[in-house]
Order: sequence, then structure tokens, then C-alpha cells
Amino acid sequence: MSKVALLARLELTDAELDTYTDQLAAIIDHAADVAALDLADVPPTAHPLPIENVLRPDVVAPSLDRDEVLSQAPSVEDRRFRVPAILGEQP
Amino acid sequence: MSDSVLPTTAVEISRAVRAGELSARAVLEVHLSAIDAREDEINAFNLVLADEARAAADAVDRIVADGGDPGLLAGVPLAVKDNLCTRGIPTTCSSRILEGWRPPYDATVVSRVAAAGAISVGKTNLDEFAMGSSTENSAFGPTRNPRDTSRVPGGSSGGSAAAVAAGFAPISLGSDTGGSIRQPAALCGVVGVKPTYGLVSRYGLIAFASSLDQVGPFSTTVADSALLLEAIAGHDPLDSTSIPDADTGAARSLLSVLDDGVAGLRVGLVTELMGEGIAPDVAARVRQAAEALAAAGAEVGEVSIPALSYGLSAYYLIAPAEASSNLARYDGVRYGVRVDADTTAEMNTATRTAGFGAEVKRRIMLGTYALSAGYYDAYYGKALKVRTLICRDFAAAYQNFDVLLTPTSPTTAFRFGEKTADPLSMYLNDICTIPTNLAGHPAMSLPFGAGADGMPVGVQLMAPALAEATMFRAAAVLEAAAPDLSEALR
Amino acid sequence: MSPNLTHEPIEGEHYLITSDLTGDVWEIVVGLEVHCELATVTKLFCGCPNMFGDEPNTNVCPVCLGLPGSLPVLNHQVVELAMRLGRALHCSVEPSVFARKNYFYPDMPKDYQVSQFDRPINVDGWLDLPDGTRVGIERAHIEEDTGKNTHAGGSGRIHGADYSLVDYNRAGVPLVEIVGRPHIRHPEQAKVYIDELRAILLATEASDAKMEEGSLRVDANVSVRRVGDPALGRRCEVKNLNSLRSLGRAIEYESRRQVDLLESGETIKQETRHWDEGAGRTRAGRSKEEAEDYRYFQEPDLVPLAPGAEWIAAIDAALPVLPAQRRVDLAAASGVGITETGVVITVQRDLDTLALAAIAAGGDGRRVLTHVEHNLSGEGAVDLDPSLLANLVQLELAGQITATQAKTVLADMVVTGRTPEVIAAELGFEAMDTSELEGIVDGIIADSPDEWEGYCSGDDKRRGKLQGFFVGAVMKATKGQADGKAVNAILDARRSAVS
Repeated sequence: MSKVALLARLELTDAELDTYTDQLAAIIDHAADVAALDLADVPPTAHPLPIENVLRPDVVAPSLDRDEVLSQAPSVEDRRFRVPAILGEQP
Repeated sequence: MSDSVLPTTAVEISRAVRAGELSARAVLEVHLSAIDAREDEINAFNLVLADEARAAADAVDRIVADGGDPGLLAGVPLAVKDNLCTRGIPTTCSSRILEGWRPPYDATVVSRVAAAGAISVGKTNLDEFAMGSSTENSAFGPTRNPRDTSRVPGGSSGGSAAAVAAGFAPISLGSDTGGSIRQPAALCGVVGVKPTYGLVSRYGLIAFASSLDQVGPFSTTVADSALLLEAIAGHDPLDSTSIPDADTGAARSLLSVLDDGVAGLRVGLVTELMGEGIAPDVAARVRQAAEALAAAGAEVGEVSIPALSYGLSAYYLIAPAEASSNLARYDGVRYGVRVDADTTAEMNTATRTAGFGAEVKRRIMLGTYALSAGYYDAYYGKALKVRTLICRDFAAAYQNFDVLLTPTSPTTAFRFGEKTADPLSMYLNDICTIPTNLAGHPAMSLPFGAGADGMPVGVQLMAPALAEATMFRAAAVLEAAAPDLSEALR
Repeated sequence: MSPNLTHEPIEGEHYLITSDLTGDVWEIVVGLEVHCELATVTKLFCGCPNMFGDEPNTNVCPVCLGLPGSLPVLNHQVVELAMRLGRALHCSVEPSVFARKNYFYPDMPKDYQVSQFDRPINVDGWLDLPDGTRVGIERAHIEEDTGKNTHAGGSGRIHGADYSLVDYNRAGVPLVEIVGRPHIRHPEQAKVYIDELRAILLATEASDAKMEEGSLRVDANVSVRRVGDPALGRRCEVKNLNSLRSLGRAIEYESRRQVDLLESGETIKQETRHWDEGAGRTRAGRSKEEAEDYRYFQEPDLVPLAPGAEWIAAIDAALPVLPAQRRVDLAAASGVGITETGVVITVQRDLDTLALAAIAAGGDGRRVLTHVEHNLSGEGAVDLDPSLLANLVQLELAGQITATQAKTVLADMVVTGRTPEVIAAELGFEAMDTSELEGIVDGIIADSPDEWEGYCSGDDKRRGKLQGFFVGAVMKATKGQADGKAVNAILDARRSAVS
């Protein structure tokens, strides 16, 4: 569970971790009926719609006004979004 | 014009405003007064937009004065769930993490209702990020059921349902992922519709679970929901999951079919949703509704949809999985709240930990887990297959029936705090509504009398994809036959 | 670098590392992953301009910023170019879906990247290199690019920075990721693969493929194994390769690093390493607390892509002739093998059209190629009238001008466009009588007895040097009109007569 929290960028107290683990276990238990099914021959439905091939033309549409965008940013410097030190490279 | 003759439905208001018989401003002021009178008690809104609404109403009146037509919803006050983007106006999803965020764009449905002349009166409260069935998960305090303020209005669109039930606006927009329009509609005693997936644009709807979310109307009458749905439905090139107009003609012409009746319509009562787990008074009202349809000429029968028993589990794997991904963007970098730290990763964690409420965190954890390496096949992967089974079972049922009839919610509105201790018990509220989200089908809730405790009961109609017209025909009949709230159960 | 390892290049593809310590011979196994930015007008999922170098955060919108409520819509031209590239690489175009790759990084607006995972658009292709090697292409799929971080404070590199600044102009730019199979066996071969890929990208107009601008990015998966061992060694992914030179150097370094480790009994840690151009070495990436779990699942905001047979056929019909085919055509026309340097270079320089026309006009294939390879690399070459080149070659083979003279005439032809006959006449070039040449050679031999003695009796090295002396003297005496080959033949004959 603590690994899951790390992947989700959430910091949980031990108490919260315990509570969540229990609650999630209950939900997962409830979902055990799903896990127990033999669905080898059933294809998954990722999407309720039978639509395919939705495409748009390669034509420019107006972009946003930079000031409006940056006005909502928590921290801005030199027309860019400022963030604290990044450890680790792009995977 | 005195209050007593002021029309209260969207259909009547827009007709009168377009005809120049009524000023949008006058209509608005009546509704603003209603808001003034009870909003403190109800807390339906995160933000009331009185000044903006007045300006919009005046603009509508000017168009009419100039001989123009402001549109299908001319002068109709409308409340907007606060997970729909409204340009320049704070949109929070009732979460601390988006407190104060002003989107630089409007959701497509928001543009469409504005273009149709509707007057937005405010952004309504919801369970944080639309996750919940009671609006108790809002970071800004719960909304109260207008019929009994010690009870919840339902969720997640509790604010939009309550706003209509309290007379703050004749119509409102909500969103439905697992029942978030229909369940609060039932608990508040109003009409609520979840359209076919893809009928209404999701562009600008802040995503919870992308393959399940849909925007839909609340209203006091079936005709008003038809009107609002006609105004917002239709293909949007900005939404890849939006159905082309060529395929949705019938689903968008609802007003014209409302009086068609139900002669020969095959109505199925769903066995799995009428037994254990459903309160007896609710089940009784559903049977009463079935009788009303039979009396109007429908053929009523029973149908079993076995896969429904897995619906809850599949939903509570698919929805949180998609949500865990959709909510990753709230990282304190580009907008919203930021809790500073020395490194970006720490800042992300601190921001999200402080900004998200407990239910949201729980679902993110659940979703992340369901997708993680080693668990994908057993949980998320399997849930997608269960979804196929549900679709197949529905398809089989619709071979023999045109609409299905079920309760909307297993119980009437419960009291605050009654279900918050055990999330699983809260999730069980959704057993009747979830299957249609999984299948992408349309469904709606309409009030049909009161339960044993005097609180409204909602009955749910379900139909195959793009069969809104059939569903609305049955709804119109049920509306006419609906018992008064004061009428006791037989 | 370890003193125990020597590198012996072997003819052909292989690059072998021999250990002095154990005598073991190792080979390298390289698979390249290449990301190309597609040359579309707009981004992958929105109408923002796909432009390099604009003011920061000016080409952004709700979609590419990943603002709450935004949704992606796929760009038609991206699919067109991705399919074109796939077919140029002989891939099979399949119905495909998009997937989310979930991880947190500030240059990712949604903290997930939309990519293709288990059902990519292009699969199972190949690329033929000029040396005849066929490198397998596992897949070439569509994905979106990220924004750009600039690191501020500290050393300017990411480690030791105080903070970072993010520009999202590049976020949402369409990429195709081409995953090559581990069929490369030599650092040079890796560079040739990239060159060939770039030529294909340019020919199909899918990308402008500039490594220096980031529209072509290369990562190398490198592993080693003892020659004869069928199993693949554990590989490391090397990133931050900003030029072909870096690519070659990094592969050399990394393969030797791995052999070193394995020879000393250690194991290779499967990891991402970064190439440090300044230090000339790879370094392990910063160790992460968690191994990344990307939790791939099908992107619910996009619908599946099934291009259909008609679209694929249209793409195939419109494909330009690709470098490999051009080499085949040119080799066939000139009667040489496809791996001949002349063939490779002529196609590389885009002079194959000229060469083919010259051959069609009657020029000898081999001579034409030789001229292109050695004498036609500058400006104006492509505008040369092919019949003039054919003419020149015919004069050469008829013995009317020497090879050396032909080179001069050709250079003039490129500039002036005059016929070779006119130029040769003007320069006073004409065939030199063999006996006249012999006379001149004998004269020089007579004038330089010491050098002649050294030439006849010296070792190979000395003889080579003196040969240059004699040829030079003959050229001077004949004002450059002598045919170098003929002079060498006469010198040889005279020498044999003496011994």
C-alpha cells in the first residue's frame, strides 16, 4: 500500500494507511466475485461506444493567451512555470 | 406580472420570454429571491452568480426587444454543477486543490446553454471530484435535502438536484458516472437524466471516469429535461467520444414524442434490482409505476439480467482506475493550489495530500492498485470483461423489452453521517444506477410518490443506446400518473 | 579504459572486443530506439502550432496543457505520416488503440503520456543498410511529446539545480517511436542505421529529422556476449546522445564497460545510463526510489484507429523511392553490387538520378560511379547534364584522355556546362602516345640513377616513396597529361627488366 501511495504521490499517515488498507481489502473482497470468474473467452470492453477513426484536419486553431494561462499558475518565472528542484530524469 | 402567474418550468418560461410576454430579468429576480431565502440553509451553491446572471438576463431581454430570438432556453435560470468549466469563473469540483481556479475556457455544454439564452445563476456543490453519493464529500460543506434538511440530497450532483428541488432554478446541469444525476434526483424528488454515452459532449467536464461520465439535465418536469437535453446534445468535434449527429437524430427530438404514449411498449421489471438490498417501500413504488404503465397500454413483464450482480464490483474497479489517472494532473505545477517543498516530487505529494479529501484519496489508491503491475489482469482487466457480460445481458434483455424499470436508489434520502463510516455501504447506493454507465445506455429517474418516511422515491427507466425517445415517452406517462408526495403507500 | 581489452575491427559487420586477460572474444549487440517528431502543421491532439523555437508557452491550449476537462482529438496528418513511415519501413499497418503511460514529471501536463502500448499502428518491419544488413523493426508507434524543462540555478544540469522552469510549447507534439531489433553489431553500423533512417524520414517528408533540434532522438540499448553465445546479455539503455559521434562513442564505451565488468566476475545491472559527452563515458541514472510502474491502460478519451485497406493502398502508391531501392536500381544499372561504395555514396549525395541518366546515355557504369564518388561532391553537381558525363566517360575509355585529365575536365564541365571535347581541346589534353610516354619515363630514370637504384632494390616502403617521386617527375614533364596508371605500368616493367 505504501508503494501504491508513492506511485500516486500521496502521503498517508500510518493510521490512514491502515484504514485504507482495511477498506480497500473490503472492497477488493467484494470484488473477489469478479476475480473468481473464469472469463478467458470474454473480450474486454474498454469503451461503450462502437466508434472508430475520429480524426481532425491538420489545421491551426487559436492557442490560449499566455498571460491568461500563466495567471493561474502557482509560480511563474521568465514566462515559464517554475517548479522546485527535479530529482531524477524523465523515464 | 404577479408571482402567482409566473411560469415555473423552463418550457413555459422560454416560450413566454421568446414571445416577449415575460422579461428574463423578472424571472431571474424571482429565482434570486428564492436563493436568498434558503441558500444558507441548503448550501446548494459553491458560488452564486447574481451580477453575471443579471447582465445575461438583460442581454436576453435586449435581443427580444430587438426582434431577435435568444434561443431554446431563453431567459431560463439554470444552475451548473461545479465540475463544468466556466471561463473566468472559479470551478472547483468542490475540492481544495482547485480552490480559486478560473478556467480559461467554457465547457461545450456551458457554451451551448448560453447560446440558447439560459441564465446561469451559479455553480453548484458536489461530492469532491464527483466521487460520492451524498455530497458529504464536498470540501465546502454538504448540501442539504430541501425536503428535509437533516437528510442528504444524494450525490455527487447534490447541489444541482437541491437547487431545482428548492426552486432556485427550474433546470440544472449535473454529471453522472455511476448514478450521480439519477440518485440525487430520486432523493430530492426531481427528474434527472443520464443520456447515452457520447450524446452530450464531455469537453470541459472535469473528468472523473472518462468511459462512464456524462453530462445531463435536472428539472421538475419531464418536458423540461427534454428541452435542456435537446439544447446540449449533439456532436462536438472537440470530444472524440462524441457520437456523430447522423446517428443521434431521434435521441435529440424528444419534445415531439412526449405525448406518444406507451401503447404496446414492452416494459421489463429487473428481477435482480427488486429483491434483497432494496427497501420495501421503494420496491412498492416501482411496482406501482409498473401498474401505471400497464394501465396506459404497456406490456409489463419481468426480466433477469444476471451480470448485474457483478456490476458494483466492476464499477468500483474501472471508475477509480480511470480516476486515478485523470486526477494525476493535480500536481501543483500549472494551476490550483500548491504546497511548496524542496523538490518537485515532494511538492506534488504535499500538494495532493493537503488538497484532496479522504474519499478522493481512497479512490485514487484503489484505482492505482487495480492498475498496478501484477494486479491488472485480476482486477481492472477482469472488470473490463465483466463490462462485456453486462452489455451482452442488456442486449439480450432488449431483445424482448423496449424499456426497463427499476428503483433508482435502494432507499430514500438517508441522514447525514449515516453511511460515512463504511465506504462500502455508501457504494451500495449505486447498485441500480451503475449498470447503465457501464453499458453506456441512457437512464432517467423520475419522482413517483413518497416512501414510508415521507421522503421522495425515484423510479428509474432504462433504454438501449440512443433510445432516449422511448424512455421519455414512458417517463411522460409515469409523470402524469405519479402519486403526490403526500399520498401514502397502499 | 581497461588495458586488457583490444579492439580488432573485422571486415564486415562485427566489432569484437578481445580480452588480453582471458583471450575471450566478445561481440556487441545494439538495438536502437529512435523518436522522430513528425512534420505536421499542428500538434497530435489539438490545433496548436507544431513549431520549434517560438516564445515559451505561446503554443498552448487547454488540450496540450492538460487543463481539467480537456480532451484529445487525433490529427489526421499524424496518422498519414505514421503510416507512410511504417510502410517505408516495411511494417504491417494494424488496427491500433492508444494507451496511457502513467507517471509524474513536471514536463508532462497530464502526468500521463498518451502513447500506444499493446496494439501499435506499425509492427514487424525492417530497414536494409548499405552494407547489406537487414535490421528488424519491432514497431513504430505514435505518442505525444512532453514539454521542456530548463534547469536553473546550480550547475545548469539537472543534478544540483535549485529549481526548474517548464515550457509546454513542445507538449503534445506528435512523435513516432521506432523500436529497432538488436541486430546491430558495430558502432559504425549504428550510425549508418541512423543515417539511413534519416534519409527515409526526409524522403517520406515525415520528419525533418534533425538531431541538433531534437526532432530526431536516439537511445541505444547495448549489451555484450561472448562470440558464439546464443543468449543475449543483460542490456543497458544509453540516453542523451545528441549527435552521431556521441552515438558511436557511447556504444564503444558502454560495450567495453560491460565487458570489463563481466570479465571481472560482476554482473550487469539493467539500468538507464546517460552519456556524458565531455567526460566520454556513461553514468548510471540517478537511482530512483521506486521502479516505475506505468500502469498502462487503454486511453478512454480516444477511440480505436482502423485505417483500412484503401488508405493503406493510397499510402503505398504514393511512397517515394527509398534509398535502399535506389541503391538496388543503381547497382543493377551499373553492373556492380549494392554494397559498392560508389553506389552508396552516389545515392547518399542524391546523384543517382544523374548517374542513371548518364549510364542510359551510354556511359560505362563503373566509370560513372567512380567519378561521382571521387569528383562530384560539390555544388552544382546535381545540375550537370548527364549526357556530358556519359560523353566524358566514353572519351576516357577510348583512351583519348587520361583519368587524371578527365577529373579536371569534369570540374570545368560542372561550372561551365561545356562539352568535354571542347574543354579538353582548350586545355590541350590529348592522349599521350605510349612510346612517347616510355621515352619520357626512360629519360627521368636516366636522370635519377640513385633514386632508380633505390626503387629497384629497396623494400616495399622505400619503393612506394620513390614511385611517388618518379610519377611526380613524369607528371611535371608532361604537364599533367600522363596517365598515372600507364606510368606505373612502365616503371614496373622497367624494374622487372632490371632484376
